[in-house]
Amino acid sequence: MNDTQVKTIDEPVSAPVEQPSAGSEVRYYSRFSLAQRYLHGFIAVTFLGLAMTGLPLRFSSTPLALGFARAVGGFGTILFFHLFSAVTLTVAFVIHVANLAYRIITRREYSLVWGSNSMVPNLKDIQDLFAQFKWFFFRGPKPKFDRYAYWDKMDYWAVFWGMGIIGFSGYAMWFAPFFAKFIPGSWLNIALLIHGEEALLAVGFIFTIHFFNTHLRPDNFPMDLVIFTGSQTEEHLKHRHPEEYKRLVESGELEKLRVPAPPAWLKNFSWIFGASAVFMGIVMIVLTVVAFVKEVV
Amino acid sequence: MNWKVAVAISLALALKVPAANTSASAECLTCHDEKGTSFHASVHGSMSCNDCHTAIKAYPHPEKVAKVKCDTCHNDPVAGVATSVHAKPGAESCQNCHLDPHSILPASNPKSSTYPSNLPRTCGACHGDAKLANQHGLKEVYSQYIDSIHGFALTKDGLLVAASCVSCHGSHKVLSKTNPSSKTNRANIADTCGTCHAGPKQAYNAGIHGQGAAMGDTRAPVCTDCHTTHEIADVRTASWQMKTAATCGKCHGEQLVTYRDTFHAQVSALGYVETAHCWDCHGFHEILPATDAKSSIAPANLPGTCGKCHGTVTKSFVSYQPHADKHKKSFLALWVSGIFMNLLLAGVLGFFALHALLWLIRSIFEHRSGRLARATK
Repeated sequence: MNDTQVKTIDEPVSAPVEQPSAGSEVRYYSRFSLAQRYLHGFIAVTFLGLAMTGLPLRFSSTPLALGFARAVGGFGTILFFHLFSAVTLTVAFVIHVANLAYRIITRREYSLVWGSNSMVPNLKDIQDLFAQFKWFFFRGPKPKFDRYAYWDKMDYWAVFWGMGIIGFSGYAMWFAPFFAKFIPGSWLNIALLIHGEEALLAVGFIFTIHFFNTHLRPDNFPMDLVIFTGSQTEEHLKHRHPEEYKRLVESGELEKLRVPAPPAWLKNFSWIFGASAVFMGIVMIVLTVVAFVKEVV
Repeated sequence: MNWKVAVAISLALALKVPAANTSASAECLTCHDEKGTSFHASVHGSMSCNDCHTAIKAYPHPEKVAKVKCDTCHNDPVAGVATSVHAKPGAESCQNCHLDPHSILPASNPKSSTYPSNLPRTCGACHGDAKLANQHGLKEVYSQYIDSIHGFALTKDGLLVAASCVSCHGSHKVLSKTNPSSKTNRANIADTCGTCHAGPKQAYNAGIHGQGAAMGDTRAPVCTDCHTTHEIADVRTASWQMKTAATCGKCHGEQLVTYRDTFHAQVSALGYVETAHCWDCHGFHEILPATDAKSSIAPANLPGTCGKCHGTVTKSFVSYQPHADKHKKSFLALWVSGIFMNLLLAGVLGFFALHALLWLIRSIFEHRSGRLARATK
């Protein structure tokens, strides 16, 4: 036990990923497909757009919101970009769901629904969560995560749920007279409440929890580029997804995922894109918290 | 003619005999020639000097002569001023506004100090003076008026029917608003404004505010409570429309709070005024309670009222509550949704905030001991 702990500690957890061990080249393995990276990019951009144009509405009585509205040319501009981002995000969401449905129903890729490569939570996730808390309190080793850790799944489903709730309530308000043919008008009161609160949850979650879990925590600080470049080093894979690594080595599939090192331009682009998104997110969450506290006090 | 006068005056001067008739203005003008030109063009130009300067009977007249009494002719105006806020024993009140008595022009003359478009400046001579205005607690009334829709129309556009100071305050008999017979007394405001704004007055009197005021309800607003007094703005401007909800909210506080929870209020606060404000649904001058069948918010009229912006709407659509209170159980579904969302936010963010904090602390420990292990190896 003690032995394993020392071993864990010995691993260069904080060492920069690119640092090659003497004499051997760094091997890169694919983690995300190009489509998945584009999906994340679209969600990131449209989410920032929605937050930037939605928060001034939620906190419309603050001078900053009015100042922002005036600076960008009035509420008309805000609404346009809010709806534009919403439609773009909806398209990305629909493509994602349609692709999943196609792969599951037509191509029978049931591994998407259940198993180590699936986003669906399973017993191991619950065990990992408890083990992680034990590890927090020095009561056990770090859990060995598979392809997706429980917080990855939380990120995924939080966004999935959020899109459904915020999206539906948003469209209901956008096309209120049409939706009122099917639902009572008083539900539109609830729609605005849920739209706003769920959006605050999404903003609060993405701009703090997601940023910390994937980018800002000491192991990944300042940024995990894998969602942008699509590939990770062997060291990363071994350290962050030990179960997946073990499985891939045993099945001999690891080498099929081998990809060349990401080119410098891609890394640079990823840095700029990721850092801008994180920066904008943090500015927005700080302003949101200030506005929220002022509203409550 | 002239030579005759000249001879007469020369003779009179030379012989030092009392002139037979000092009413001849020309004689006065030999000394007081500076008053001549403007006097002949003035409203009193056809009169002679001692029509007013009655005390002067002969030449030479004493150094000090009795004050001219304007009320010899202008009885009502002078009596009015005497009872007004401008009554000050001994003050030369008439001249303050009508200026030099020898060059007074009729109010219809564009050069007159009492010509409608010149009036604000005339009153402003005192009321635009910061020191004097502050003394009387009438701060900024002049500048507010000049920038108002009335002041702009009158002084910039020369729209003579636009309200000047005297339109609302009266001219000679300016009374304090606390005086029940003042044009600016609360009870008389609707009539004062209604002198020009007859349509709004009629609508106001028919509405719940006007009816309340007529029955002596002091809480009922009069024109100035919503439109203000001197700074009255064009109601079509965005800046004015953005303030209207707060204006109604001065009395209807609870409704303002619930309105602010709506999308209508949110977009209005951001300067998009093509959205529902209080008066878009409730009307403005002729506001009627929902129980009145003629009211714009009577249940039967709601589809039409909402439809003004939302097009053809169903009965179901108008069950939307523009004043829903999420803190009250009377709208149970909204109340439950509010509680649920609060718990969801607090639960999810609270749990993951704790998770992140513990993770951060644990990682710092791990990194420190990692460095230690590497250093001692």
